[in-house]
This record gives sequence, C-alpha cells and structure tokens, in this order.
Amino acid sequence: MWQRETFKKIKQIPGEEHVLPGTALCAGCGGLESLRLAAKVLGDDVIYVNAAGCFTMLAAYPYTSFKGSWLYTTMGSAPAGAQGVRDALDVLIAKGRLPKSENLKVVVLGGDGSSYDMALSSTSGAMNRGLDFYYFCYDNEAYGNTGMQLSPATPYGARTATSPCSLQHPSGASQEKKDLFEIWRAHKPPYIATVAPRYPLDLEEKFARAAAFPGPKMFLALAACPTGWLYDPAETPEVAKLAVETGLWPLKEAINGVVTHTYIPKRKPVESYLTLQGRFRHLFEPTVQTDTIQHIQARVDAYWVRATREGT
Amino acid sequence: MDSQMMTGNLAAAWGVRLADVDYIPAFPITPQTEIVEALAKWCEGGELAARFVTMDSEHSMMTAAGAAEATGARVFTATSSQGLLYAFEVLYSVSGWRAPLVLVNVSRALAAPITLESDHNDVLAARDSGFLQIHAETCQEVLDSILMAYRIAEDERVMLPVIVNLDGFSLSFTREPVSLPDPEQVQKFLPPFRPAHLGFKASAPHALGVAVLGGTPYAYFRHQQHLASINALEVHREAAASFEQLFGRRYDLVEGYRLDDAEDVLVITNASASAGKAAVDAAREEGKRVGLLRLRMIRPWPADAIRGALRGRRAVAVLDQNLAPGQGGILFQEIAASLYHEAERPRALCSFIGGLGGQNLSVGEFRAIFEQTAKAGVSGKGIGPVLLYTQAEHREMTQLQMVAAGTQRANGL
Repeated sequence: MWQRETFKKIKQIPGEEHVLPGTALCAGCGGLESLRLAAKVLGDDVIYVNAAGCFTMLAAYPYTSFKGSWLYTTMGSAPAGAQGVRDALDVLIAKGRLPKSENLKVVVLGGDGSSYDMALSSTSGAMNRGLDFYYFCYDNEAYGNTGMQLSPATPYGARTATSPCSLQHPSGASQEKKDLFEIWRAHKPPYIATVAPRYPLDLEEKFARAAAFPGPKMFLALAACPTGWLYDPAETPEVAKLAVETGLWPLKEAINGVVTHTYIPKRKPVESYLTLQGRFRHLFEPTVQTDTIQHIQARVDAYWVRATREGT
Repeated sequence: MDSQMMTGNLAAAWGVRLADVDYIPAFPITPQTEIVEALAKWCEGGELAARFVTMDSEHSMMTAAGAAEATGARVFTATSSQGLLYAFEVLYSVSGWRAPLVLVNVSRALAAPITLESDHNDVLAARDSGFLQIHAETCQEVLDSILMAYRIAEDERVMLPVIVNLDGFSLSFTREPVSLPDPEQVQKFLPPFRPAHLGFKASAPHALGVAVLGGTPYAYFRHQQHLASINALEVHREAAASFEQLFGRRYDLVEGYRLDDAEDVLVITNASASAGKAAVDAAREEGKRVGLLRLRMIRPWPADAIRGALRGRRAVAVLDQNLAPGQGGILFQEIAASLYHEAERPRALCSFIGGLGGQNLSVGEFRAIFEQTAKAGVSGKGIGPVLLYTQAEHREMTQLQMVAAGTQRANGL
C-alpha cells in the first residue's frame, strides 16, 4: 500500500505561491492548477523550458507568471533546451564561473500536443542521456491553444474540431489515447508519475519524492480543460475528480520502472465523467451511443483488472 | 609558426579548440562528421575543457546549443545540408535569443535527389535566419574565421550567432598547410566569454524568448536584430585589424583578386574561388583584363564593399553555386540589388549557375564565363541565368540514362 510520507495533511502544503495570479490562461485551467501545486515543491530556483502550447502564454512580454526563469524553445525540442541549460549550468559551476548557490532546477513545460508526438525524439534523447530535469506535461487531451484539435492524447469517443462526430465516425475520435506513461517507462527513467489537480496531497508527495532522484523526473498532469472539454470553469475540480474516480486517469508512479498505483478508485461508471463534458455530449444526444460508452468502460475495466492482477 | 597539413574539417576543429569553448552538442552528418569526431576525442582526452553531448537530431542539437549559449557558456556546433534544414526553425530562435554561438556548416547539396557533395543551397537558405555568415575559401581561413566569428558574435554591439561555411569535400576533405595560432595570442584576440546580458541564475531570474502580443513589440525586437547585424560590419573591420596585427593574416568582408585594372569581374564564394583565381590568371595571360571578387561575409551583406569593388566595371558575372528554381542564382539577385543605385554601375550583369552538388567547374567553363561576360559588357545587355552544363557532362548523363532504361527493361518493366 502506497503511503504519503511528506504530505499527510492539506495544511502541510506551503501557502506561498510561485506561479503568480493574473495569467493569460483560461479560467479553471486544470493544467495551471497542477503546475501551481507542483511549484510549491519546486520553488523559485527554477528555469522553465517551454514548448509551444497554452502555457507559452504564461510569459508574454513584458510579463511573466514566475519568480523563476523562463526559456521558450520550440514545439518539438524543449527537452533539448533543458539539456543545453542543464549542461551549461553544470559546466559554468564546475569551471567556477557560477557559484553553486546560483544553480537552478530545469523544468520542461509541454502540453500533450508537444509531448505525445513532436517532442518524443527530444524527450527520448533526454531520458536516454539521463538528463537531470523535470518534465511536466499538462495533458488536456487535444491541441488546446489552437482551438481543440485531435491529438494523440485525445481519448476515444471525444469530439474535437478535427474529429467531429459524423455518420462515418459517430463516436468522434476513433483512436485510443496513446500511452505516454508506458513510452516513458520503456526508457527507464528513475521517476515517473501521473498527477491530477484535485488530488493535491498525492501531487505534492510525488514532486517531493522525485527530488531525491537524479536524472529524468517525468510528470504527466491531468489538465482538465473547461474551454476545450466544454464545461463550466467552476466544475474543474469535479471533472478532475471524476477522471480519477472513474479510473480513466490512474494516479500512479514508476520508480526505476516499478509501477505503483498511488490511489485505487472504487471506479464510478464512466458516464458520470462523460456526461459532465460537452466533448462527449454526442454520446448521449440525440441518441445514446451505448456501444461507444461500453467500449470506454471496457477499456477502463481491462486496465484495472490488469493493474490489480499485477498487484501494482 | 607551427604549420601542418590538415583538412578543412580538422582546421575547423582546431579553431574550436583554440577558442576554448565550453560546450559542444553534436549530431553526425557527412561531410561534417570529422569535425565533431576530433572534438569528441579532445574533450575526452582533456585537451579541450568542454562538455560534448551527442543529441538526438540537429533540431535538438541546435536547441541545446542555443539554450546553453543563453545560459552563458561558449558553444560550438556543426552540421551540413539536411541537418541545417532539420534545425531550421531553431536558427531563428537562437538569433532571436541573441545567443552568440558559432555554427560551422560544411556545405552539401540538398535532397532530392540525395547527394553528398557541395553546393550552397543549404547555407544560403539560412541567409534570413539572423545568423551572420562567413564563407571561407581555404583551410587556414576556416580556422581563422572561427576565432573571428566568436569575437564578432560576442561583441556587445552584435550578440548574434555566426555560421562559418566551408565547402564539403573540396575543402572539408582537402589537406592544406595550416598555421596554428599560438594559444596565448588567441587569448589576446578572443577574451573569455563573460556576457553581461545572458545567463540564467537563481539571484537574477529572467525570461527569454517570450511571447509578444502584436506587431509593436515584435517589430521592435526584429529591428534590433537587423541593426545589430549591420553593426557586425564595423566589428568585423576591427576584428580583422586586430587579427592581422597578432597573426599577420588579413581578412576583409570581401576579397578582391587582380581587380585593379579589371574591366570584367567574376563574383564567386567559398573554395571555388581558388579555381576562379587560377582562371583569372590564365585569362590575364591571354591579355584579358579580368578580376575576381570573393564574397566572404554574406550576412550582414557588405553592400558598400561590393559597390566599391564593382563600380565602374564593364561587366560583372556572378557564379552562383546554388539554384533557386524559377528564379536563378541567389547571390546574383543580391548583387544586382546592391548595384541598382550605383551611378557607375557595370553595363551588364551576367548570372551563371554552376558547381551544383559537387559538379566540376572546368577551365573551359571559366573561359566561357569570361567570354560571354565580355560580350555582354560590350553589348550592354546582361545574360542569364545560364545553367552551366558541359558536353562531357551531357554525354555522361546520357550514358547513365541509358543504363537506367536498360535496367528497367531487364526487370520487365
């Protein structure tokens, strides 16, 4: 049974904010809430290395949302930017040109559009080289900053601007969500975790635990997205909660490749999650697409049967 | 002075070693690979106190290079051809970050068809990227240009990255005598890299490459880049004077060869300039008053130096080792634009396209260029683009086509 060691009570979460309010991001952004919580452990001695996506708007001249540093790179190569910054800091410190007290944690910020496809090469390279960095993927399951188009993180059955529901494709997206966690795990980084903003203690604990591991520390954060998933921004906590409670977004970690589920949900029916969001509305109106809903439920059930059998 | 035989690639590596760089992200590609192999060996052996990292692509390589430079390290990297194009969007990022790294491009023609030998469509594709560009003719110039490149790039008035270009095969794999500058003298020429406006650190956080909203801030930063690039003309002049004083070799923005009384001038770049100079000598022996202008700095574009060298000539021929399909030669257009407002502009401008993908530039072709240019000068009517292709090349190609056709028949297609 997985147990939190550092963060047992909500009071233990530091009050100090490191992502400052007043950003250009949408109200109710679950990705930003995940980052806000993560930054409470990461602190201010950080450089965020950003890939093109929603979070690019966190530093828009002449403002930045951070007390730490920021480098925008490209959509496909933020981990390579992290490599350059990390190596340069190491070299400058080793040569005595930078005091150790000036050192920074290097944190990649990329959305699912970048992380699941275009940046796979540079991410794979960074993990393969054992780069000492954090990777924070905020996953809102579509190309959000461009207006919600299909990404490889889009779940089966979701409607996006480029996977509309039609007579040919009544379910909307007809492909399954790519399993980035397992792609990362194949690289054997010391630490990988999924997190969700509605589970702050779980999230904080994972960032605290990750700090002990030199090398790649990989995070996949649920970014419940009112703008793209089509629900009221006030419902982000509920949507994020149900993503976990239905079992669709498993909370887990992998330490040196060994997977542990950090929270075992009782698994509410997936409908409770799907019906909250406009992107799944076509599954219920004008007729209920029972096959599609059952398919989604069956996938979740199969996942948890496997996870339970493997005792993780 | 210690002089030894070495390839253009090894001369490039020596330039990097003498520049005492901190960081080298790399990715192999022919014909550049020998450079990073030499550097990897020296980093491993301790001759060069730099960190060497093999990246997953040129796109990643260029990102890591720029990010490290922006963090305050002196950075070198190298590529060719497809690699340069694979890194292309990052070139604009790095110049926008005002990260003054040095990139060696070993020119190689672009696919398709895929090939290994040289022309300049790769490096000239990057002419609008914000990188400065220095194109070298000899192995010695490759080494010297890398030292000059760091000094110019890191100057507070410039703070832009530089591409040093050398031709694949004809220079990268050709051995020439190279004099290795004394490291202590190099330190006088190239002070340690201590940038005032770059670097990420805990006590002084800053944001780089941030988004801007609208054209007002965007245009401001773009204008800054342009003005800084123009500053490099003056900074190059200073660096060249200092370099000559310390090492006895002189490099200007452009190099004139037998220009003094030349009626007609051939404009050329890179290693083919050596063949061009020999052709000028041969033509001179026949009594023709021809000269050569080699463009060394391509960005910033040295318009004044070009006008100074070409004003009052009868005719000018530009030999482009590149082809913009549907337009012609890239450098021809820029030369023509530079001469438009020149009161004593040449009577005729001629455009020749040759040396594509390692295509030979023969004595006969240079002779034909001079003859056709002289004729154009007399008539006052420019020609081109002329696609150079000799009868021998045509025969060879016809044979290859026959072989290709024969193979198809044998396969029953």
